[in-house]
Amino acid sequence: MNFKLKDIVPQLITVTAVVLVFGFFTYNAQINMENRGIDFGYGFLSQESSFDVQFSLIEYDGSHSYFRAYLVGLLNTILVSVIGIIIATILGVIVGVARLSPNYLINKFAAFYVEFFRNIPLLLQIFFWYFAALRALPLPQDAEAIFGVFFLTIKGLYVPAFIWQNFSVFFYSIVAAIIAIIVIRIHAKRVQENQGKQIPVFLISIGLIFILPLLSFLIGGVGISFEVPVLKQLATTSFIYEGGVSLPPELIALTLSLSLYTATFIAECVRAGIQGVGKGQKEAAASIGLTPNQVLKLVIMPQALRIIIPPTTNQYLNLTKNSSLAAAIAYPDLVLVFAGTALMQTGKAIEIVSITMFTYLTLSISISLLMNWYNKKIAIQEK
Amino acid sequence: MMSKINFFKPDKNNLNTFLYLGSFLFLISVLDVFINSFFSLNITGFLPGFLSFLFPLILGFIGLYFIRIEFSGIKQLDLLNKHINTNNFNAVLSLLIIFVIIKSLPPILSWFVIDASFAGDTKDVCTGSGACWTYIKVWMRRFMYGMYPNAEQWRINLSFIALVLMGSVGYFATDRFKKYLTLYYVVIYPLIAFLFIFFFISGGPVFFDFSYGIIAAILSIILGFFIPAKYKFYYFLIVPLALYITLKYFIFFEEYVELGKLDGLNWVETGAWGGLSLTFIISFFCLIFCFPIGMAFALGRRSNFPLIRYISVGFIEFWRGVPLITVLFMSAVMFPMFLPEDFFIDKLVRAIIAISLFEAAYVAEVIRGGLQALPRGQYEAAKSLGMGYWKMHIFVILPQALKLVIPGIANTFLALVKDTPLIFVVGLLEIVGMLNLAKTNPKWLGFAMEGYVFAAIIFWIICYAMSKYSYNLEQKYKTDR
Repeated sequence: MNFKLKDIVPQLITVTAVVLVFGFFTYNAQINMENRGIDFGYGFLSQESSFDVQFSLIEYDGSHSYFRAYLVGLLNTILVSVIGIIIATILGVIVGVARLSPNYLINKFAAFYVEFFRNIPLLLQIFFWYFAALRALPLPQDAEAIFGVFFLTIKGLYVPAFIWQNFSVFFYSIVAAIIAIIVIRIHAKRVQENQGKQIPVFLISIGLIFILPLLSFLIGGVGISFEVPVLKQLATTSFIYEGGVSLPPELIALTLSLSLYTATFIAECVRAGIQGVGKGQKEAAASIGLTPNQVLKLVIMPQALRIIIPPTTNQYLNLTKNSSLAAAIAYPDLVLVFAGTALMQTGKAIEIVSITMFTYLTLSISISLLMNWYNKKIAIQEK
Repeated sequence: MMSKINFFKPDKNNLNTFLYLGSFLFLISVLDVFINSFFSLNITGFLPGFLSFLFPLILGFIGLYFIRIEFSGIKQLDLLNKHINTNNFNAVLSLLIIFVIIKSLPPILSWFVIDASFAGDTKDVCTGSGACWTYIKVWMRRFMYGMYPNAEQWRINLSFIALVLMGSVGYFATDRFKKYLTLYYVVIYPLIAFLFIFFFISGGPVFFDFSYGIIAAILSIILGFFIPAKYKFYYFLIVPLALYITLKYFIFFEEYVELGKLDGLNWVETGAWGGLSLTFIISFFCLIFCFPIGMAFALGRRSNFPLIRYISVGFIEFWRGVPLITVLFMSAVMFPMFLPEDFFIDKLVRAIIAISLFEAAYVAEVIRGGLQALPRGQYEAAKSLGMGYWKMHIFVILPQALKLVIPGIANTFLALVKDTPLIFVVGLLEIVGMLNLAKTNPKWLGFAMEGYVFAAIIFWIICYAMSKYSYNLEQKYKTDR
């Protein structure tokens, strides 16, 4: 047997050290908690929280439990992350492509944008938008309507709300359209492999995704109306908009700075990805008679995406984690609601910080698993 | 027959006509926007609203269309066409960018310089519509040094000047000393910097437990020369720790050596440190600490020992999965619970430990990328020369791997500098924190914008310089493979 002391000793020492450190911490934590009369446990989650949160996606007030407060924070974090990721991706792709433009002005403009926004700390940008830029907005009574229905004021952005009738029918029609598109794609692929015929999948998909929901309006009894925000006077100098959906300035400042900041990194990923595809690939594709659109769709993009996706995933993760900076401007995200207010009230530092960290860990790992799966799917299948 | 005038398709034959007409229209459109922007005169005001708005764009577009002549033979024109005027779409975008630049210059200029106030030292001078740089001037000391007493600030300046001078030794070193530079930068310089900051800037009786550690380390290295190579591994495993314990508990007992007390210097507690100097101090220490820790975990993740590998993976993935703000929260509210009750660690030190561990995980991943990128042949060649694990890594693998990852490391350090404002969580106020404090001062309300712009400029210069420097390093150490 190839059993060497030299292989065992370092591992043993490392493990012992780790165990000792953790043991030391646990021991101290126990003593400290005994001395301060704090008991360890997650029972507090079901207790009444008795604090309010300014902005929540689900129904919540002080009479709900701490667990519900946790959910409110989590949903707010996810909301900011999702909006931020969408805007950052769109902006990042545009800027990344612009960076490669032969047009000198566009190129330099994009370069300026990237160099400018990524070299300034994100927290500073959040503060700038929240405390300086958005504070310069008009008061509700002075705000001018954008397109007649949006109101951008110092108290936030007011947008019209959708009021649905028979929303479920509409929802199912969209689900049906998506399923139909997937089936058609699979079928089209099979037809092409067997017979070499091409079915215009893209046109059919667009048709389906429009026609099915449209049908649901015409014959499914789905209706939609808008609720436009209306100015209301609370006191002589205090005005507010009622109706519609109000997005608090914290949310706007946060999504704006997160997406502007992250877009610079995504832009660099996109640029590297497109540059990483060899020129020969494009020329080879053109020489076998593919149209420019086909070259982009079938040759360039699949290869570029392979380079773009792993670093972009990292940027998505960073954005999600950076959304925790919300606590600095009092946007009620997970850190502020749970690790802030709830911790202050209960004093259960270990439980709450560990739950918060575990949540972020889960979010991060699930995004990275999802992206790994996608990455594996589009990776080169070497034989 | 006369050549027919094809008015809508510019070509080489009637080059001059199109050139004059096109550049005239283009210039008119730019001039229109320029006059509108700088003199607020709308010369196309007689047109209906919508058309007046789009007038310069349409005019410029036609102009650019006329001068888009391929291979005209005029060098400047060809260059212009190639760079900003390749097709209709590009022409519109170019025009829009030119107009946006012209439009945005006057308000920016007037805010920054023309309408700004620089003189005086009270709020009253700031009556113009521009920026109030007086505010920055008055608060400058706070933004740079935090709450550090004014009379003692020379200590920070002196320390930084000394550290910068000592850091630039590498540029002046002669060839004879070049080989010691790595040792100097990795061991001696950080140590001196440490002493400077903890004795000179802090100035108090610093409890110096780790001086025993340094003595033990130096002694064991010296003794190590006399140990046969066969036993060196076990020697370094046991002796330094044993020496440390002996020194601390058996030779000096509990008599702590007060190395820190310099006569005539007042103690400034870390709570008073702040401003930009704190940004530098934190970045500097975290940079020093996170690099070796990250290297250790990168090697650990590629180790052949499964247990060490699992621990490293767990460490790296944990820190990379959580946001820094929660780590700082942990160091602020949770960490004290894990320590013995009479044991107190300064909050600056706690923040530095937290940030270092956090960034170390990122450094580890970057270095691992470099280690993976090296061809297996390098490992095998080193092994075939009879090198052991440490020799192989120190002399063959790491120098090459680190060269490869310079951009990645630089990005991590940039992220570190940009993350320092987060220490507001533990109650320390570096420059952004000081700004937030200053803007709530009742005497100076309403100057948030100036403060943030000021800090943004400072951070931008630091980060941009760092990224350019790392790019130079990358070019310098690029070896063809």
